[in-house]
Amino acid sequence: MILVALIAILFLGGVLAWLSERLDSKLPRVIALAALVLDLVLMLTLLGGDSADGSWIVALNVQWLPRFGISFHLAADGLSVLLLLLTAFLGVIAVGSAWSEITERPGFFYFNLLWTLAGVLGVFTALDLFLFFFFWEVMLIPMYFIIAIWGHENKNYAAMKFFLFTQVTGMLMLVSILTLAYFHYVQFGFFSFDYFDLLNVSTSSTIEMWIMLGFFVAFTTKLPIVPFHSWLPDAHSQAPTAGSVILAGVLLKTGAYGLIRFAVPLFPEASMNFAPIAMALAVLSILYCAKLAFAQTDLKRLIAYTSVSHMGFVLLGVYAWNEIALQGAVMTMLAHGLSAAALFMLAGSLQHRIHTRDMRDMGGFWAKVPRMSAVALFFSIAALGMPGLGNFIGEFLALLGAFSSNLPMTVIATFGLIFASVYSLWVIQKIFHGEYSNSKFDDSHLIDLNRRELAYFGAMILGLVWMGMYPQSFLDLSAAALQELLAGTQELVSTVVQN
Amino acid sequence: MQDLIWLLPTFPMLGFLSLVLTGGSLPRKIVAVIGAGSVGLSFLSAVLISAQFLASGEDYFVKELWVWMAIGEFTPGFNFYLDGLSLVMMLIITGVGFLIHLYSTGFMVDDPAYSRFFAYMNLFVAAMLMLVLGDNLVLLYLGWEGVGLCSYLLIGFWYENPDNGYAARKAFVVTRVGDTAMAIGLFLLFTQLGTLNIQDMLQAAQQQWAMGSPLAIAAALLLLGGAVGKSAQLPLQTWLPDAMAGPTPISALIHAATMVTAGVYLVARTHVLFELAPRVQMLVAFVGLATLLMAGFTAMTQRDIKRILAYSTISQIGYMFLALGAGAWSAAVFHLMTHAFFKALLFLAAGTVILSLHHEHDIFKMGGKRKQLPIAFWSFIIGSAALAALPFTSGFYSKDEILLAALAVEGPGMLLWIGGVIGAFFTGIYSFRLVFVVFFGDSQGHHEAKEEAHWSMAAPLMLLMVLALLGGWIQVPLDAVFSSGAGHEEAHVSLLVHAVMIAAPFLGIGVSYLFFMSKVFDLDKLMANPLANSLHRFWFSGWGMDALYQRIFVNPFLYLARINRSDLIDSFYALLVSITRSAHLMLARTQTGYLGWYALSMAAGLVLIISLGVML
Repeated sequence: MILVALIAILFLGGVLAWLSERLDSKLPRVIALAALVLDLVLMLTLLGGDSADGSWIVALNVQWLPRFGISFHLAADGLSVLLLLLTAFLGVIAVGSAWSEITERPGFFYFNLLWTLAGVLGVFTALDLFLFFFFWEVMLIPMYFIIAIWGHENKNYAAMKFFLFTQVTGMLMLVSILTLAYFHYVQFGFFSFDYFDLLNVSTSSTIEMWIMLGFFVAFTTKLPIVPFHSWLPDAHSQAPTAGSVILAGVLLKTGAYGLIRFAVPLFPEASMNFAPIAMALAVLSILYCAKLAFAQTDLKRLIAYTSVSHMGFVLLGVYAWNEIALQGAVMTMLAHGLSAAALFMLAGSLQHRIHTRDMRDMGGFWAKVPRMSAVALFFSIAALGMPGLGNFIGEFLALLGAFSSNLPMTVIATFGLIFASVYSLWVIQKIFHGEYSNSKFDDSHLIDLNRRELAYFGAMILGLVWMGMYPQSFLDLSAAALQELLAGTQELVSTVVQN
Repeated sequence: MQDLIWLLPTFPMLGFLSLVLTGGSLPRKIVAVIGAGSVGLSFLSAVLISAQFLASGEDYFVKELWVWMAIGEFTPGFNFYLDGLSLVMMLIITGVGFLIHLYSTGFMVDDPAYSRFFAYMNLFVAAMLMLVLGDNLVLLYLGWEGVGLCSYLLIGFWYENPDNGYAARKAFVVTRVGDTAMAIGLFLLFTQLGTLNIQDMLQAAQQQWAMGSPLAIAAALLLLGGAVGKSAQLPLQTWLPDAMAGPTPISALIHAATMVTAGVYLVARTHVLFELAPRVQMLVAFVGLATLLMAGFTAMTQRDIKRILAYSTISQIGYMFLALGAGAWSAAVFHLMTHAFFKALLFLAAGTVILSLHHEHDIFKMGGKRKQLPIAFWSFIIGSAALAALPFTSGFYSKDEILLAALAVEGPGMLLWIGGVIGAFFTGIYSFRLVFVVFFGDSQGHHEAKEEAHWSMAAPLMLLMVLALLGGWIQVPLDAVFSSGAGHEEAHVSLLVHAVMIAAPFLGIGVSYLFFMSKVFDLDKLMANPLANSLHRFWFSGWGMDALYQRIFVNPFLYLARINRSDLIDSFYALLVSITRSAHLMLARTQTGYLGWYALSMAAGLVLIISLGVML
């Protein structure tokens, strides 16, 4: 029941926030914050609870459309719980970043924010593929509105591009889901969209490959991975700060989650055959987007490309498909969730203060805003993979695990670490180092971080240090879930290899 | 007391945190107390722990704090490993480190970012201690990257000048090239040997890998990649001269005494791997030899007082690599220690000179300063004597051991020895060229130099003078660490060998004297010779390696970045959109609303379909 409550709170909170705008324009943000904090607290009760069923901590399965084998099946294991926590935590942060930035139609804004997050929670817990697809769509449309209404100068183009990429590839996934359900019918004589039923479907390897590709394209568009990435820089540079936080911090991770939970376990044979290509795409993303990031002059576009580059490590880890690499992928998802969100918020707060994102106009800000500079330095250092911080743990484990399954790709991917230092330090140089000059913008509002900003950046800093110094608390939580996923596919993979 | 070894990095870490969290709001005196005091406490603890450890007679000691990450077999922890090697390193880091911190409290006193400076310095000491105390390669890597970060932050400490920022980024990125090789080495070692705990890993390597096996060669090469990056050896040495952009105490601490010798530590720590890959070990010797000669040539041509010292550092680390390659592990570490003493002394004295002369770096604009700057003068005399390895100074003993070990190498031993002796000759030239030009002769401007000699700056110089002179008598407790190594047995070599080794630096000093003191040889006349002139320019530029790397790495990268700024792949989607749009417009045009047009097109379609049907 608790999973339903988590999602329902956000749905209801969204509606309430929208309605409350009529009473007071400051009410929606309070309601949104309350809903997310309540969710966060409820999620904490999931920690330390005894698992009811194997690695599953909590589950709920109610029939919905029995005629088609569709049920309302929600469940969470350690992997889901970690991502739920990340979602609620970044939700709170996102509300914080929107607190004074969003003044236009706040009710509808917070409605969209909470509904997107509700969709995300659904995606991380749904174990019925029809329900999963439903939540997948729920995430999309409110996000479209957030970009299209509260975005910047080129918002309609960006919002439409985001919508089309996600929708078209989402349709491919729907086709795959329906095909899979059909083959279940062929094999067992009844329809089912249930995850555990569909795990047992076996088809010819050609068909399996095609169905798998439908999922793969949908998930890697969300992640995103070259060549499906080009919606992301536009969406990020145009979205309001809170939109970027949710996009980079949470929405991208649904793609990675989908790969780990569905794409590989449902189609282990096809996935393992496809792994070399997936890993090559991962390497391409890491290097190509690191290079693109370096070339950008728009700060948000730059950070957006670095996101794609970092998600390459996740893809690499997932297709290495061993415990170390998967743990690395999960840690990268969590750490990148914090570091990328923080970097987008810094870009947002700069844009809020000086009304530009063009780094060519900036320089020498350290003298003017030392606290903001130090915070930016911290997150840049985290992003370039400094040991002691979360991102290092993720990328190191992903590479370490991938090394034994695909040596050449891992070696090339490791060179991404060099490029990460090139673009990260470039950002610091362009914006915070050098001589200060205000000839290109109005600096009357260029003031240092305020208390609210320090509070949420401080929370994120602590989070990354925790992940970097004692990642065991996170590794322990997801270990059972990942081991079960691995065990489930091991038999199939090994028989495939033997045949 | 040994159990409290975790205090060592904790003190400076707390110093760092308290300085960062107060954000520069503390008064300078308190900043100085926190900054230098935290490292002082670390040094005190290090001394007590060392005393207890040596008295206990144990070979090593492990203190486990917590498991960092545990996934299956992969269980690196925050565990500290103390043996003779890490003991020597921790004493150098905290001892020399404390003296440099103390010096900095005076040197940086007028800097507006006093607190930020000490914050970074403290973070550096903490990271460096993690590097040498970590019992596994992942923890070592944490320290390794941490010191790299601090090096970046401190080279670019005066961030207003973009040149400093460039030097800082260059240092970080170039060393990261080496770090990447090292990371791959870690992956390889774990995948093959199943552990990254250093001692377990070395043991497993000895059991599983045959002498000269390809895996051992690959692993040793990859670790060597990390070592040459950090220790500024060929081919990754280009970052160190530019790193002199940072404040001078940084150059003393990071770019002379401690961080740049981390590569030497790494190779010494994993020496078993190099013994399993003799060819790679030989490569280490030749890398060292080539670097020490190349940097020696370049040091003779530099004008900037700090760049001369920087190249001399590269050259001296070259000697340490030569020792490692010769299997004289203890000699390498011994030279690391004496070098830390005399090079820290030279850099700090150079800082005093620079500060007294209002940030003048060009030695040819100094001249005749021995009376005005007596402490700096004596520091330079003693430091340069030790650097040139004159008899009875600390440098003499360590370099002597290295050259004898090089000579004992089977095969190219003679070659290595001759190269090393030539290097010692160069060292004599460039170290005393600096002394003669700066402190003797006529004053070249800056007539009113007054020595900045606050006690906080003078005292560290005095202590380092003593160490640079007498440090050669210190017994390093390394026998248990390198039981397998060469260099212990007193080889019987002829008196001639000894005579040549002692004579070489004096010969260099003599040449230097003839050029720069008595002016018997005219430098200007020599420079008029076109060959000498172009050689000089070639050496001055550091053998053109910067220009080479600019051409083959930096420019292509910038070019690629420039031509594809707007993402080629996106233009594919843009094309898709424009095709769709034009198709849409074309079809929209067919909707004219004229009934006759529709009838005509229907008829035409019908004809087309029927004719298609007939044809097929």
